[in-house]
Amino acid sequence: MTATVTNSTTTSRPAARPVKASVPVRDALTQITTLAWRALIKMRRNPEQLVDVTAMPVLFTVMFGLIFGGAISGSTASYLPTLIPGIIAMTTITACVAAGGQLREDMDKGVFDRFRSLPIARYAPLAGPMLADLARYAIAASVTLTVGVLMGYRPAGGVLGVAAGMVLAVITGWSLAWIFLWIGTRARSVGAVQGMSMMVMFPLAFLSNAFVPVNTLPGWLQAVTRVNPVSHVVSALRDLMNDGALTAQVGWALLGCATVAAIFIPLAVRSYSRRV
Amino acid sequence: MTTGTPQAERSSSSSRQAESDSSPSGTPAVEARGLTKLFGTNRAVDDIDLTVMEGEVFGVLGPNGAGKTTMLNMLATLLPIDSGEARIFGYDVRTQGHAVRQLIGVTGQFASVDDNLTARENLWMFGRLQGLSSKMAHSIGDDLLAQFDLTEAAHRPISQFSGGMRRRLDLAASLITRPALIFLDEPTTGLDPRNRSQMWDTIRDLVAEGSTIMLTTQYLDEADALADRVVVIDRGRKVAEGTPSQLKAQIGTSSLRVQMAEGADTANAVALAADVTSNTPIVSPTGSAFSVQLSHANQAADVLIELRNHRLDITSATVEQPSLDEVFFALTGHTSEASVPETEASGS
Repeated sequence: MTATVTNSTTTSRPAARPVKASVPVRDALTQITTLAWRALIKMRRNPEQLVDVTAMPVLFTVMFGLIFGGAISGSTASYLPTLIPGIIAMTTITACVAAGGQLREDMDKGVFDRFRSLPIARYAPLAGPMLADLARYAIAASVTLTVGVLMGYRPAGGVLGVAAGMVLAVITGWSLAWIFLWIGTRARSVGAVQGMSMMVMFPLAFLSNAFVPVNTLPGWLQAVTRVNPVSHVVSALRDLMNDGALTAQVGWALLGCATVAAIFIPLAVRSYSRRV
Repeated sequence: MTTGTPQAERSSSSSRQAESDSSPSGTPAVEARGLTKLFGTNRAVDDIDLTVMEGEVFGVLGPNGAGKTTMLNMLATLLPIDSGEARIFGYDVRTQGHAVRQLIGVTGQFASVDDNLTARENLWMFGRLQGLSSKMAHSIGDDLLAQFDLTEAAHRPISQFSGGMRRRLDLAASLITRPALIFLDEPTTGLDPRNRSQMWDTIRDLVAEGSTIMLTTQYLDEADALADRVVVIDRGRKVAEGTPSQLKAQIGTSSLRVQMAEGADTANAVALAADVTSNTPIVSPTGSAFSVQLSHANQAADVLIELRNHRLDITSATVEQPSLDEVFFALTGHTSEASVPETEASGS
């Protein structure tokens, strides 16, 4: 407001307060971390929401190791170096599916109405939970790794290779989560979000080299697995964790993640702003 | 407004003008022209013009489904405006939403606080989101908790809060940055009488502090108690605008309802009441009671004295404020329950 304040009683009148035309980056960062804090508190107070990043990875790792180990590699132990990076990719993808359902649930709640009425960055209510979810991906990847080690997996890539693998897994989870977040902004109900997310999650995880050697697949399916960014993530994880090697696959994996994020961040933000 | 002498009309509007000139900017808090919202073919808000001056309490009165909330949500940038234009303190709601959001506080019909957080955490979060330092957010939050009588419940989960407590917390959350304009959507709907009068007191305090308030309500007495000016909304259209007293003058202040001791006396009593009030009493279906519109409340006594003089015994007599239904009937010719087909048929 350009109004000149004429007497002392009006100085506290907020209408005379200067307004900003947009949200400065610093403010946006505070808003995002505040909303990430909210998401973390929510996680802590609803521990059942962490089942998919704690119990599920244990179940997957044990099950897949025992079921497929003999059939694919002759024994469970020789399958583990192939399997564990694959399972890490899969559990992170499974963990990011929840992002869409959580957002949908939140959007139906009153508190999101208030977020919309506040002068905050429009993308903050999306970006905040996404920041908090990094913790979920880290948990999912570490649990899988731990179970793998307990089953006899000895990553030859060393501490550095494994650490790099964990970071890549978290990056993958964060990037792919935007797909499910976008679905969350589009679908009408939490149930619909979950159904649609499964339709996306299963092909992403299984039409890849995560569990089986690609050369056993029919030719057209090999082509599909090659363009699936998850395949490159799995290959990169194997290179990092088993060989400690920073290969071109790591580059392809990061490029794949970046591409997915570049497509789905604008889609999700636009769809969210339109919806709310 | 069709009632009231032209002079009275003019003088009241000129005093309103004088008030607005003395405000620091002279820019209306809310200015809407031709505001319209379509849901399919339904014109939920239909071509509404309104102006709310700074420092004023502006009431939007109407039944459920009249379009009050939709209108408020459009002004608060929560719903896109389909046609027409709206300005908040001069900022265009359509194109300068971010500026508008810095000047308003919105309290909806349903508490919009986070169930996962405690009351204190909620206020801290909303303070942080609006640019307060962590320390400031805590201290303002604690002040508000004290002001709204929630200090004891500060660390309890919201899920254990009563409806009145949630509503108070919700309003507190809207006041963190002391917004210049506060939108209150049916602030007392669903509250018990004690909480309702507390909410009224809170609203009066806000006005005393210089806030401009735009509130929606289904209750005529609430508009009467709080609002400087009122618009009546019906099926998305503005059907009346004025001060509460102008509005009541238009529809009669109140009505007298009398229960006769002997049903046989009703006809005589009705004739007397009609003489005294010059209005046509309405006899109840049982035939032993009637009600009659009063042009002022003292007429109730006049009617009762006449009945006593003619030795017509009554068992009860009540003076009732006009209900929203009566307001609507007087203003629109149909009752407020527009969605009920029978009512619609009998109303038209």
